Amino acid sequence: MTWGKLLRHETILAILVVIALIVLSAQSDRFFTLDNLLNQGRLMTEVGLIAIVMTFVIVTGGIDLSVGSILGMSAILLGVFWQNFGLPLELAILLALGVGTFAGFLNGLTITRFKFPPLIATLGTLALYRGIAEGVSQARSVRGYPEWFYVLGQGQLLGVPTQLWLLVTVAIIAAIVLGTTTWGRATYAIGSNETAARFSGLRVDWVKIAIYSASGFAAALAAVIFVSRVSTTRSDMGTGIELDAITAVVLGGTSIFGGRGTIVGTVLGLILIQALKNGLSLAGVKSDGTIVLIGAVLILTILVSNLIHRGGTR
Amino acid sequence: MIVEAAPAFRPHRSALARFVSLYGQEIVIACAIVVLFAVVSAINPRFLGANNLNTIVSGNAYIAVAAIGMSMIIITGHIDVSVGALIGVLATVAGNIAISGAPIWVAWVAPIFVGMAVNFVVGILVAYGRIPSIVVTLGMLSILRGGLVSVTGGAWISGLPPEFLLAQQRILGVPVPVWFMIILTIGAFTWMSTSAFGRSLYAIGGNAEAARAAGIPIERRTVQVFMIHGAFVGLATILFATQLQIIQSTIPPNLELTIITAAVIGGVSILGGTGTVIGSTLAAILFSAIGSALIFINVSAYWLRAVIGALILITVLADMLRRNRETRGAGR
Repeated sequence: MTWGKLLRHETILAILVVIALIVLSAQSDRFFTLDNLLNQGRLMTEVGLIAIVMTFVIVTGGIDLSVGSILGMSAILLGVFWQNFGLPLELAILLALGVGTFAGFLNGLTITRFKFPPLIATLGTLALYRGIAEGVSQARSVRGYPEWFYVLGQGQLLGVPTQLWLLVTVAIIAAIVLGTTTWGRATYAIGSNETAARFSGLRVDWVKIAIYSASGFAAALAAVIFVSRVSTTRSDMGTGIELDAITAVVLGGTSIFGGRGTIVGTVLGLILIQALKNGLSLAGVKSDGTIVLIGAVLILTILVSNLIHRGGTR
Repeated sequence: MIVEAAPAFRPHRSALARFVSLYGQEIVIACAIVVLFAVVSAINPRFLGANNLNTIVSGNAYIAVAAIGMSMIIITGHIDVSVGALIGVLATVAGNIAISGAPIWVAWVAPIFVGMAVNFVVGILVAYGRIPSIVVTLGMLSILRGGLVSVTGGAWISGLPPEFLLAQQRILGVPVPVWFMIILTIGAFTWMSTSAFGRSLYAIGGNAEAARAAGIPIERRTVQVFMIHGAFVGLATILFATQLQIIQSTIPPNLELTIITAAVIGGVSILGGTGTVIGSTLAAILFSAIGSALIFINVSAYWLRAVIGALILITVLADMLRRNRETRGAGR
């Protein structure tokens, strides 16, 4: 293994994560306990699911700003289907997941069929989907879900928070798909050079539509978990989560221009952010100070990675 | 040095056709504003009342002013998602200076210089650190937002001296923010379309490599345009912070997206290289008019965001179709 490979972005990030864990556990003895770490995993799941699929989106050279709004819209519709339409909760969940997936599909359709730049298309649907959530809910919240529903967001399975199983499963599947399958290769090919990918006979539009639909599905799944975790539904759920997810993905070494990035990097990015948030709050730093640090870490990591990367290719 | 305008110049076409082709998006939005006012005032004549017009134009002039700087950034091929947080920080700076007993003009001028200083750092990181602007400003968004709350603790600033409230004053019967909006829009438009500096921004956004080959110092221009944007954000902050007797130490939610949207709806291509600041100002007026119109025709204001979202998609679609037809008409 050469020095160049050792200095990969993921390696730098892994070292940062280890340093952060050591420093933070020295700051507070409540940090490095199994209970606390598992609980942090629980809190990480919603943004994690979105960030993992966002990695695919950004690797194709796109972006999805509408995920927070899809989360809000799916959450509101879940409540409305169940309470106002009187549907069984199981069916309401399936419908909410369907709506989220369809919302993502519409993003993909406007981007591929009508050639909208992804930033604009999803900026438009960010307003549109959040608007639908606000319009439908009229600022009313939905509460009083049946007891079994809370297992997903608040319960445990074999001593581990239920949703953490889901996050780990999704992360492993995503890592395999992006790293080893032809779908993954196609994703990188589109991000590196879309025209070349098209001429190589890849079904560029279909891959993109599938990825944006998956992004919508991930946001809707995050919505179901979110509602189950906080026991209520509100139209402002998920506001700003798109920026948290993009931060994790970019921190994880995915190039915002596409063509480069891994799921491992994104997961490391997520862990670093969550560890900083939790560890610093246990060490007595206010959460606002933590936000400042995350912003600085984001800029510095990319800066250092850029300097090393440029040194290596010269 | 002469840099050609981004929309193709076709000498065989009539002056009118060229005007429509160059300013299509601006014309569409101006027509949309006229239609909106005609329809809503037919339903409810009070929509045209002086008070309401004042709210629509004067109350949202700060969005138009910030969108001017944002347009320049996007035309150069960059983006700034930290602008809402910066407005929050600068408003707090201005408010604290105003209640500290310093001369009022200091409180007005400080946001401009602090805005330029912050964006100088952003510009350096983008131009020389080679970090994409969306990443730098995403980080800056966190830093400014977190910094603001941890410094102020979320406390509101009250007891502002009455003469500080610039946005409430009038010159020749017209509210000050409207003067700002009109003068800055026309000034920036003229400067962008006639000066070598302005043309070089279009050139960089259109094709950075070609601009470099033409001898444009891209890195220096990038830092400069971010600083100019910072100055416009400072000016916008003055209008925003002097509207009310208090300054809330929180950032208006989604302000950055509203400002980016105004620039984009106004015809600034997110890919860089095209657009004018007249379009972004018209779009800012259109947004606030729509918000007000919903109230006057008794539609719940909760639907506002859905309407604006649909509007973004429709405008971009119309623009795409128009451009497609034009390129086909040109035989390409």
